[in-house]
Amino acid sequence: MSLLNIFDVTGSAMAAQTVRMNTTASNLANAETTASSAAEAYRARNPVFETVFRSAFDESNAGVRVTDIVANQAEPQRVYKPGDAMADADGYVYLSNVNVVDELVNMISASRSYQSSVEVLNTSKELLMRTLSLGQ
Amino acid sequence: MALDINSVFDTHAKSLTLGSQRIGLLAANIANADTPNYKARDIDFKAAMQSAGSRPVQMQATRPGHISVGGSGSAPVLYRIPDQPAEDGNTVDAQQESAAVAEAALRYQASLSFLNMRIRGLQLAITGSR
Repeated sequence: MSLLNIFDVTGSAMAAQTVRMNTTASNLANAETTASSAAEAYRARNPVFETVFRSAFDESNAGVRVTDIVANQAEPQRVYKPGDAMADADGYVYLSNVNVVDELVNMISASRSYQSSVEVLNTSKELLMRTLSLGQ
Repeated sequence: MALDINSVFDTHAKSLTLGSQRIGLLAANIANADTPNYKARDIDFKAAMQSAGSRPVQMQATRPGHISVGGSGSAPVLYRIPDQPAEDGNTVDAQQESAAVAEAALRYQASLSFLNMRIRGLQLAITGSR
């Protein structure tokens, strides 16, 4: 029954988008974090989505799962701040490589995708309820 | 006049089966709107309804080990021709899919209304004026 599968599929999509929102929140929260070496600096994290077919014989049952959360490999910015508590021996601190504009765009995209999933969920719920009340 | 109960519900029951299959596929498309390399899929509703009327050759599970493919009455799944595929290989157009869901839901509700009317008509015929 495809209409019941929709709850699984849209549920997995909403879960995946929530992970994406969570990484965005972490990235924005750590946008101003400083560190005393490039290795310790915070790197922006992003989830990797993958289609997952729950049943080999029902092609509409294609949900989403987060396979991995990868760190952005862009070099962190090195800034001269001798007064900073995290400054290294030469007086430099390493800022996180979070791009705030990228993160905000990501957030809008995730919330729109989440909204369309909720929309589909509501529509199929409505259809199921009407099917259940058939003939009454 | 003999009443064939199958013919009363047949067309709209098929329409409901295909409709739910279609909405399932569209939901999967919307769910995978951000998944790299996902290709949007859909069924040809018109062709599926026509072939449902003509009853093509179907495979049957006659032994316990046999696997039913796609279930009864499901249409072949086709890939959508993208207007503008994304750089990451994804061919889902969220607006197009939302519009398709709205249309499929409307068709589904229309079939439900017709079925309800049929049932009400039959009930009236069975119970008389009550």
